[in-house]
Amino acid sequence: MNGFSTIKTITRRELGSYFSSPVAYVFIVIFLALCGIFTFLLGGFFERGEASLVRPFFDWHPWLYLFLVPAAGMRVWAEERRLGTLELLLTMPVTPWQAIVGKFLASWLFLIIALALTFPTVITVCYLGKPDMGTIITGYLGSALLAGAYLAVTCMTSAMTRNQVISFIVSVVICFFLIAVGWPPVTTFFSGLLPDRLVDLISTFSVLPHFAGFQRGVIDSRDVVFFVSIMGFALFCTGVIIRNIRSGH
Amino acid sequence: MIKVDNLKKSFGAKRAVDGVSFTVERGEVLGFLGPNGAGKSTTMRMVTGFIPPSEGKVSVGGFDMLEQPLPAKRLIGYLPENAPSYNDMTVHGFLSFTAEIRGMTGDTKKKAVDRVVEMCFLESVIHQSVDTLSKGYRHRTCFAQSIIHDPDVLVLDEPTDGLDPNQKHEVRSLIRRMGEKKAIIFSTHILEEVDAVCSRAIIIDRGRIVANWTPAQLRQQSELAGAVTLKATGVTSEHAQERLRTAAGVKNVSVVQKLPNLAWLRVYPASKEMNGALAREVASVAASQGWKIEELHTEEGRLDEVFRNITMTDTNKAPQS
Repeated sequence: MNGFSTIKTITRRELGSYFSSPVAYVFIVIFLALCGIFTFLLGGFFERGEASLVRPFFDWHPWLYLFLVPAAGMRVWAEERRLGTLELLLTMPVTPWQAIVGKFLASWLFLIIALALTFPTVITVCYLGKPDMGTIITGYLGSALLAGAYLAVTCMTSAMTRNQVISFIVSVVICFFLIAVGWPPVTTFFSGLLPDRLVDLISTFSVLPHFAGFQRGVIDSRDVVFFVSIMGFALFCTGVIIRNIRSGH
Repeated sequence: MIKVDNLKKSFGAKRAVDGVSFTVERGEVLGFLGPNGAGKSTTMRMVTGFIPPSEGKVSVGGFDMLEQPLPAKRLIGYLPENAPSYNDMTVHGFLSFTAEIRGMTGDTKKKAVDRVVEMCFLESVIHQSVDTLSKGYRHRTCFAQSIIHDPDVLVLDEPTDGLDPNQKHEVRSLIRRMGEKKAIIFSTHILEEVDAVCSRAIIIDRGRIVANWTPAQLRQQSELAGAVTLKATGVTSEHAQERLRTAAGVKNVSVVQKLPNLAWLRVYPASKEMNGALAREVASVAASQGWKIEELHTEEGRLDEVFRNITMTDTNKAPQS
């Protein structure tokens, strides 16, 4: 059995376990309801009078994901540790990497499914006018990458503890940090204290400027690299944490 | 099949396993005994590759666990302590998943699942989700997982824990049957299981092996081993005790329990190699004195006594740092 099919088996099991419990359905309903509320009520979709998803829809995603992605991912490793199945999984012919990637992909796929279910919003826009489909597609792509980056952080915090609540809170804090360093109110605050170049440097660690590119319809390789490296780094840390759990530190 | 060489594991300043070495060949069932916290589970976790050892080596079927973990793990079936399994899955789903991870697909997978479901008596709960099962079923589900790929090596951490007496009996006979063709390590608190299942037993205490014998040899260590127990009427305990003390080959005689109409004595031999000679001697004394024998037998020795002696004396030693 090669590594790829091991990952596939793990991913399928994880994804199945989302949908075998009510968690998945509750999550999807809440996600779609919040997307609707933000887009049509708070985002002022109709008042804008333009056939675009950029501002009213995608603008909310970094904030929406801030709570929903940790909620979806907090159990990934914490539950495995609490039940003791971590021992079972890692004594099977599975490398820790296969387990980490398999579990991450399953949760990411789940978030992508939830995201894909927002398609009625796209239909609405198309019905009302002639939106730029390119920006919608890149917006979705950016949104999926954003969710993946948050999720990788959640996987990492989930591996740190047996307790899902702790995992959730730590993950929200880290993800909030990833937003806040590039959030205009925060950057304007810092620009009064620090040199501009430092503020710029700090804000490049934020997901917001990188996500903004996708919203404008631009796929900049630097933005893709940014999100992929957050995922890579967080999953690497997950691997280190799991190695430490096993060595008993 | 399993070779463990000078295995050590420290958790911080605490040394959980301190230089454990043993081998288990195909056809052997090794019982792992020891008080709680002696290092049994930690040793098994190192053997199965969950925990890397601080020092020492584990090899399974010739594969080093640290250098070639995947081929080594393929040979092992493992039932961890408390028998964990994925609660949200059905028994069938869980077993299929483990079969797939073990590289089985299609018909092979289906046959493997059917085989262990039958062996572990899981037919009636096959489509139930694991969290709705009673402890016994959950335990057997995890046990089924460990034998799904018909492994050459089985490591079972307290396989009979939490089972009812009938289930215990089933699991023991299963282990004994499988032990003919596999190398098995299993840990237990129940000493009668050592007799029922093991070909060899290791007692581990404070991270060290303090005994590595067959069950019979283990019992030989008992003070009781070779002693003759006599129950007779027609004589008082005191009188019989006096008389037997002077018999040939007798070291000591004690009264087991003082009863009004029955002399109940235990006669200890001067040497352990008497092989029934002591029983014959006691019988001839009884016959010559006209005591009526109710019961007369040679004790085999008791494992719990040996276990207590071996592990207690060790706790009395100065604690190592």
